[in-house]
Amino acid sequence: MRICCCVKRVPAPGARINVTADGQAVDVAHLGFTTSPHEECGVEEAVQLTEEHGGEVTVLTLGPPEAAEQLRYAASVGAHHGVLVPTDGSPWDPQRTAVALTSAIRNLEESDGPFDLLIFGNESADSGGFQVGIRVAVALGRPIVGGIKGIEIDGSTVRARRQTDAGFEVYEMSMPAAVGVKEGINLPRYPTMRGRLASKRLEVAELPAEAPPGGQSMRLLHRPPDVTSETVILGEGAGAAPAVVDVLADLGVL
Amino acid sequence: MSEVPAKARCVVIGAGIVGNCLVGHLAKLGWTDLVLLDKGPLPNPGGSTGHASNFIFPVDHNKEMCLLGEQSANQYRDLGLSVDSGGIEVARTPERMDEFQRRMTSATAWGIEAHLLTPAEVAELVPFINTDVILGGFYCPTVSVVDSLETGTQMRKIATDAGCQVFANTEVLDITTSDGPLPGTRTVTSVVTDKGTIRADYVVIACGVWSNRVANMAGAYIPLVPAVHQMADVGPIDVLAETNNEIGYPIVRDMDTFCYERQSAGSMEVGSYAHRPILHHPDAIPSNEEAALSPTEMPFTPDDFDQQMEEAIELMDMLGDAEIRYAINGLLSLTPDAMPCLGEVPDVRNLWSAAAIWVKEGPGMAQVVAEWMTFGYPRVIDTHGADVARFYPEERSDTHIWARSSEHFNKTYGIVHPSEQWESRRNLRVSPYFSRQQALGAEFFQARTWERPQWFASNADLLERYALSDREVEWDARWWSPITMGEHLNLRENCGLVDLSAFQIFELSGPGAVAYADRLAVNRIDVPVGRAVYTPWLTPDGGFHSDLTMMRTGPEQVRIVTGVFDGGRDEFWARRHMPTDGSVTFDNITDRITTLGLWGPNAPEVLSALSDHRWRDAPYGSVTPVELKCGNRTIEAELFRISYVGDTGWEIYTAWDNGPDLWDTLTTAGADLGLRPTGGGVYGTSGRLEKGYRLMGAELESEYNPLEAGLARPRVKAADFIGKEAYVAAREAGPPEVQMCVLTVEDHTDRQGRKRYMQGGNEPILTADGKRITDGHGRVSRVTSAGPGPSVDRYLLMGYLPSELAEPGTDLQVMYMNELFPVRVAGTGPVFDPGDTRLRG
Amino acid sequence: MLLVILEHDRGAMPEAAREALTFGRTLAERMGVPMHAALIGSEDAALVAEAGGHGATRVHTVVHPVLEDFGPEAWGEVIAAMVGGLEPDAVLAGGSDRGNEVLAQAAARLDIPFVANCLDIDPADWSITRIQWGGSLLEDVTVSAEVPLLTCGLHAVAAEAAQSPTEPAVDVFEVDLDPALSRTVVRDRVVLSAGVTLSTAPVVVGGGRGVGSAESFAPLEELAGLLGGKVGCSRAVTNNGWRPHADQVGQTGTRIAPEIYIASGISGAIQHWVGAMGSKHILAINLDPEANIVQKADWAVIGDLHEVIPAIAAEIRSRR
Repeated sequence: MRICCCVKRVPAPGARINVTADGQAVDVAHLGFTTSPHEECGVEEAVQLTEEHGGEVTVLTLGPPEAAEQLRYAASVGAHHGVLVPTDGSPWDPQRTAVALTSAIRNLEESDGPFDLLIFGNESADSGGFQVGIRVAVALGRPIVGGIKGIEIDGSTVRARRQTDAGFEVYEMSMPAAVGVKEGINLPRYPTMRGRLASKRLEVAELPAEAPPGGQSMRLLHRPPDVTSETVILGEGAGAAPAVVDVLADLGVL
Repeated sequence: MSEVPAKARCVVIGAGIVGNCLVGHLAKLGWTDLVLLDKGPLPNPGGSTGHASNFIFPVDHNKEMCLLGEQSANQYRDLGLSVDSGGIEVARTPERMDEFQRRMTSATAWGIEAHLLTPAEVAELVPFINTDVILGGFYCPTVSVVDSLETGTQMRKIATDAGCQVFANTEVLDITTSDGPLPGTRTVTSVVTDKGTIRADYVVIACGVWSNRVANMAGAYIPLVPAVHQMADVGPIDVLAETNNEIGYPIVRDMDTFCYERQSAGSMEVGSYAHRPILHHPDAIPSNEEAALSPTEMPFTPDDFDQQMEEAIELMDMLGDAEIRYAINGLLSLTPDAMPCLGEVPDVRNLWSAAAIWVKEGPGMAQVVAEWMTFGYPRVIDTHGADVARFYPEERSDTHIWARSSEHFNKTYGIVHPSEQWESRRNLRVSPYFSRQQALGAEFFQARTWERPQWFASNADLLERYALSDREVEWDARWWSPITMGEHLNLRENCGLVDLSAFQIFELSGPGAVAYADRLAVNRIDVPVGRAVYTPWLTPDGGFHSDLTMMRTGPEQVRIVTGVFDGGRDEFWARRHMPTDGSVTFDNITDRITTLGLWGPNAPEVLSALSDHRWRDAPYGSVTPVELKCGNRTIEAELFRISYVGDTGWEIYTAWDNGPDLWDTLTTAGADLGLRPTGGGVYGTSGRLEKGYRLMGAELESEYNPLEAGLARPRVKAADFIGKEAYVAAREAGPPEVQMCVLTVEDHTDRQGRKRYMQGGNEPILTADGKRITDGHGRVSRVTSAGPGPSVDRYLLMGYLPSELAEPGTDLQVMYMNELFPVRVAGTGPVFDPGDTRLRG
Repeated sequence: MLLVILEHDRGAMPEAAREALTFGRTLAERMGVPMHAALIGSEDAALVAEAGGHGATRVHTVVHPVLEDFGPEAWGEVIAAMVGGLEPDAVLAGGSDRGNEVLAQAAARLDIPFVANCLDIDPADWSITRIQWGGSLLEDVTVSAEVPLLTCGLHAVAAEAAQSPTEPAVDVFEVDLDPALSRTVVRDRVVLSAGVTLSTAPVVVGGGRGVGSAESFAPLEELAGLLGGKVGCSRAVTNNGWRPHADQVGQTGTRIAPEIYIASGISGAIQHWVGAMGSKHILAINLDPEANIVQKADWAVIGDLHEVIPAIAAEIRSRR
């Protein structure tokens, strides 16, 4: 089967995220970059599916040239192809991103044949728009369900599980189809050293795509007012047990 | 969290391995009113300790680093927080195999068990190694893996039990100082934190990679820079998991790829010193909150590590299929000269540095600083190479720190020659004769920041005249030239002109100057004006702090002349002990005075062209003001009748600007008298060794006293001086346990029939039957200096020997490159002109 | 008119729907328009009443065979049709998985903007403050759209009934739905079985070096059992052979995301923290009040885990 997995390059911040002085971007001065976590799981799922059912995984990203690093990372854990839709690095709104990705997928399908499954992350770690995958799937006329934490392929059918408070909802879609996956669907493997070295040989295809800006414009990033995150000391020793159980009761885990 | 106390005797900033061990050691030495601060949480505040690989390879060529490493390893062992995993350095090149012979030599010197292994023997210990790519191994069974965080916790506990208060998550915002006690000096007064201000008598900066930034708050400097050391933890690997412990296989250092492989339970840590130097400004280190992992675990930059991965897989194929589970650009501290920064910082009184210290030497160096603060000097071992006061101002700039750190980072596992010169940051300080020396093809060696000619290519004709040839083995010949022997023989036959402008010259003046000078020096300084005194300065414990010349240049004036390697330390020592009553002022006049050495049998005749000075009337040790005719002008100069090379002549002092004229006049006057520019190879090595003169930092260290060094005068002066009590006690204790000796090499031939020449790099002196020689204090006999004695046709070594072995004619052996060479004790004094007839003319 | 989508699962309304109504009531006031609600796949009077109770003046209901159970595409299609048919000034839903999903579906169908997880909305110029980075950062955006589609951040407001509840009028919204939309309707449901895993457990009781031995994990097991959770451990524990590697929480082990992580005898080394930082809440039990994990925790008990954990277990049993 042919799977296309869309990923986003995002900073890997600590507990406090700083914003540049002009409020236009996250200050990445001492931050590394990573693949947005849901999408990292998406790549793992795609690789596992092709390991089980055969086929190839194409990883697609829209971003600055440096986003090729995330494509290589995907290759280092088993993805077969990497495609970059280059931007100047400025954040693209969800509509614009979706149009560009749709056009890229169409191009890839025209040249190499249709994808059986499109895998998206449920939402990105940074902007969290909850919509790009859905817009792409709708534009391509593919069924899509989000929040997926389990995928089984049965012939031409995708059985997808979505976690709810009570358990799982099960969806069944005929391929070609699309899913938005969530962390927890699997435990992404780490690249092996050999995998990392092999990924250096990945030829990253560039697929420029034009798209007009959508209707949502970012004005300013800012940090929420500092919530004092002082640790609440519930007590000392065994005497603190009732206070602990009160907390557990409030959280509804009793 | 509670408020900090308003006052403490000592505040230690930084709760990594160093700060924790420091408060522990201070508590053991009786300090109770202590405060330990860290801006991060405990037990891992986020500094370099938290991500250290925590292993200790005990063998190092450098004495301070080796012995403090061993001291530290033992402290970890004593706490039960250490496992002797063993460790193997493997070689991929013949050069590295040679280096292993040198390491075997250092292991013997420091008494550390070590073995050379064949590839098959390596594989017996590390079955998963690829023996096809290695030529052999250097194995130390006592390589250990330590728990630095728990050690810190336990040392902190010792301190808190004694009264130390600990404040985590407390950020230092400022360190305040007050003016005084002398004009232009400052003294630390308090530490300002986000939880309040603590007035403090002492403040210690143990802030690891942040140390310079924290020092800057007080207007002081601790020259170090945070640098990246890449490390990747790969696993799981079954063969490792099956050991069921943290470490079951010896650590492997793949020396020629600058990498190590260290088991960590079921995975392998692959660490690298091979990647490009990646330095960060301390301000660019994220806070605990901002960091994805911890502040000093910066984002991994995989492109820098790919080559190391390939080489690691080549060495251990199983690593290729192991998953990269944790990889960091870990920060550690680098200094311009790759040595730590210990001691009171020269800029601010009572502000101390315990920085640029790695886990492998943390507990030992913490003990050094604790003793230093308590007793006025460290007692464990001499640490002059780590003294933070050693740096000159040019060495404190970020430009310098970054350039030098970049240069030596890739030498962490390198093969570094004892005489190896820096490539970066050259020509920082040059003498007035620099362009003339360049024209003469001078080979410059840099002494800290100063360029000094080691020999002159223009003297190559002397090789033929004296039938000299180069050394046979490249390692011995590296950073050396037989021209230096030609310059030596010419000086003894005719005369030589030596540039001594790097001398560090200070002036004490004022009504209390002479008395203060006497307080610093063992020998009497209250001598007639115009006399100079060669004298040790002692530590409070009676060991050597310095060894220099002091000149009574006026009724209320004393000039101090010391070597360029120790100028910073000596200036600090002289300023630090000054009386606060204003009776003495200190001036560094190095930049105003240039010095030329003119020595040899023809020296008086050369000088006579410039002056009618009746030199025979000015006794040895006198300083005489003269006027010297230089072309059509006359310059003022002082003739100091002394010689470090053992021949008639002078150190000529004159104003810096007079230098070029003086050089030109002397070289012209000496043209027909065989005068040659003569380099440091003669002045610092061959001339000195023939006369058995001791050198500070080589023969003279704080672990030895003047009696042992053979520098004690018949009587002790009446005036008090630093270290007098200990000095007198040592004299009263009877003959010294060891004596500084000169030895001659009796046969240079190695097993391959090649002539070999020791470098003076701590080669062990062994008994005739090959046993290490140590004294009652555990001090080992080793070569402190080595070099040719062209005028006595012998290769000369210096070293301390127990008195019973110090008898002339005693046959001993020296290990060099893991081979034994026969040597013979010549005596404790000069081997050339023992009666000093040439000197005294 | 502001149209609020009433999220429900076969008639059961989650808190997010009430939050959306509460948020929408204020927004509608600021817009100077009435608030209507859309009830998709149900005509349940109780839900209509609930909408009225929270201030909706009119409820548009849609029933259709395709809507008998939840289907994101069918819901999205209905909302898209309502945007055309009811001409709302804006559409709002709760910031739940479903709320975000169905508005994204509608927005995709109409090719109009959708702004997820809003905290503050100024309808005068549609300048909005919304959540980025899961709430670690805020983003000010403007939306240029005839009909803005919006969700409000989960728990951005506490659900609160209107002071003057209404009995809303009920309009049936007619829509012609393609039966093919049933392709993404829920086919089946699996009720969560008892067998939780470390990575999915709602409660994880973690033990570190401070636990001391393999046997001493028994009280942690008991507490985890009482809470339907799992036991995790630090690297030091697996290194000591007290627990299997599968139980290791951390960079090199499992990354967990429970509702609460009870970390006992764990210092909070970064290795471990990286695996545990996804926890929604952390309770630390530690002897050292300065330990990393205590600083990072929401709650802490300072004391010996060997005393504290059995006491918590006993307290839970006594309350049951």
